[in-house]
Amino acid sequence: MMQFGVFTVGDVTPDPTTGRTPTEGERIASMVAIAKAAEDAGLDVFATGEHHNPPFVPSSPTTLLGYVAARTERIVLSTATTLITTNDPVKIAEDYAMLQHLAGGRVDLMLGRGNTGPVYPWFGKDIRDGLELAVENYALLRRLWREDVVDWSGKHRTPLQSFTSTPRPLDGVPPFVWHGSIRTPQIAEQAAYYGDGFFHNNIFWPTEHTAAMVDLYRRRWEHHGHGPAETAIVGLGGQVFVRPRSQDAIAEFRPYFDVAPVYGHGPSLEEFMATTPLTVGSPQQVIDRYAAMRDHVGDYQRQLFLVDHAGLPLEVVLEQIAILGEEIVPALRRELAAGRPAHVPDAPTHATLVAAAGGGRDATVHAPADAVTGASPEPVAR
Amino acid sequence: MSAATPEIRRLLVVSAGLRQPSSTRLLADRLRQAVLAAAAARGLALEARTVELREHARDLTSMLLTGTPTPAVDQLLGEVAATDAVVLVTPIYSGAYTGMVKDLVDLLPDGALDGVPVLIGGTGGTVRHALALDHTLRPLLGHVHAVVAPSAVFAATEDFGGTGEGAASLARRIDRAASELAALMVGRPARRARDPWGVTDLADLLGDG
Repeated sequence: MMQFGVFTVGDVTPDPTTGRTPTEGERIASMVAIAKAAEDAGLDVFATGEHHNPPFVPSSPTTLLGYVAARTERIVLSTATTLITTNDPVKIAEDYAMLQHLAGGRVDLMLGRGNTGPVYPWFGKDIRDGLELAVENYALLRRLWREDVVDWSGKHRTPLQSFTSTPRPLDGVPPFVWHGSIRTPQIAEQAAYYGDGFFHNNIFWPTEHTAAMVDLYRRRWEHHGHGPAETAIVGLGGQVFVRPRSQDAIAEFRPYFDVAPVYGHGPSLEEFMATTPLTVGSPQQVIDRYAAMRDHVGDYQRQLFLVDHAGLPLEVVLEQIAILGEEIVPALRRELAAGRPAHVPDAPTHATLVAAAGGGRDATVHAPADAVTGASPEPVAR
Repeated sequence: MSAATPEIRRLLVVSAGLRQPSSTRLLADRLRQAVLAAAAARGLALEARTVELREHARDLTSMLLTGTPTPAVDQLLGEVAATDAVVLVTPIYSGAYTGMVKDLVDLLPDGALDGVPVLIGGTGGTVRHALALDHTLRPLLGHVHAVVAPSAVFAATEDFGGTGEGAASLARRIDRAASELAALMVGRPARRARDPWGVTDLADLLGDG
């Protein structure tokens, strides 16, 4: 079954209709409320961005997601994106394994290179190494989750000798990884090479571009021996604003669109709707637009919607999530299930990954006895 | 050169005139004709297309603001990145090329004009602006590694009138510059379209392939 969810950038933006700007505390609380509302509305995924500059608040995704995990039961927690370039891959391995344990496996993550130039120097990196960092860091991250003891040396991080990343992944199974890229074919290749998911955040891009990126990923997936192209794991972004009557949706959203930080003062709302997946209108218009996405990219696994940016007040965002859950997502589930070939897989979850691994196992690495901790118990036979 | 049937080269003429009709377009059309003739004289098969940049001006601005090309701009940028030669003609405003030209160059994909022969032309009210092309447009194109023909063609309003020295001199300058561009093209193999979706096998990047 297709997964549907919401992803948030976590921007602190004035509401252009009132001039009021939320505090950071209010914005963080709103992200938690949005995640909770998404679960209550029957959505499958909540994903947060990672940013290290104002006006964005989510610098620490696993802290946010750990808190959300404690207040939710079912929804999958993810990122959009986790910065594989400027974060230490060792810390990513540790943080997300910890989150996996706390969230009972309801965790995956989407890796990205980030879109803010100065983040690289702030974290001691060079933006010109972006792609190289993504390749080297992820190769190390995979080993840290899959090998109990890692000896490693590379170009961009201090070498590791006899290093064990703790905690070990829940049930011995690392979280599923999506690779997000808008315009870099080499990242689609990276996702395909490992048999990981590929997410195209297409919210500012024409469908033709999205289709070409996904097609490349699918071809390379098959090339690397993971199965037929149509079995690759694809996710797409989306952006909607919905009211029962389309003219009400447009009238209400236009003031937010016109001055939005990313595309404000540029193309008109009508032009942007024509050339990108932004759909402002009635529930049926959203259903029609997004049910047609698979005509361009093939049957896919995950659809995330951006609903909470540009200063939209929380109560409006929560209404949007409720409409998604009541009207739009159930209809899309029906439409996209129809005619979906049986061999097209669902997005992997912790449960399916554990099953594919032949069952869960405790992966705890017990240290030898030392003067501080004393003797560790013998590991249970696997 | 061994091919019996010469490969067809592509010439992209970009006119950055703002008015319609525009003297910039008039100069662009004359340069286009002269380049076609000069290429034919050297045995080059040339296919030319002229773009009015003003038709893309709003889309270029939108792309600067959002980072996203409209389909029309996407096609234009792709055409620049695939052409064998360019004729670029701009009005001179405030001592330099117009902002539209800079927008286009700013948005070109990496390497789009790398080694590509370019003939530059400009228009202005008086001959006092004649060196603006060499002082502003030539260095801009140098930055993106284009090979700019030695002669830049500047046409002042008076060059379009009469039968005097001005008009005759413009015709000579056009022919000379066109001949230079054609000569640059002769020395360069037909451009192969770069596959924008080409990738390196990750195994090779990881060094364990």
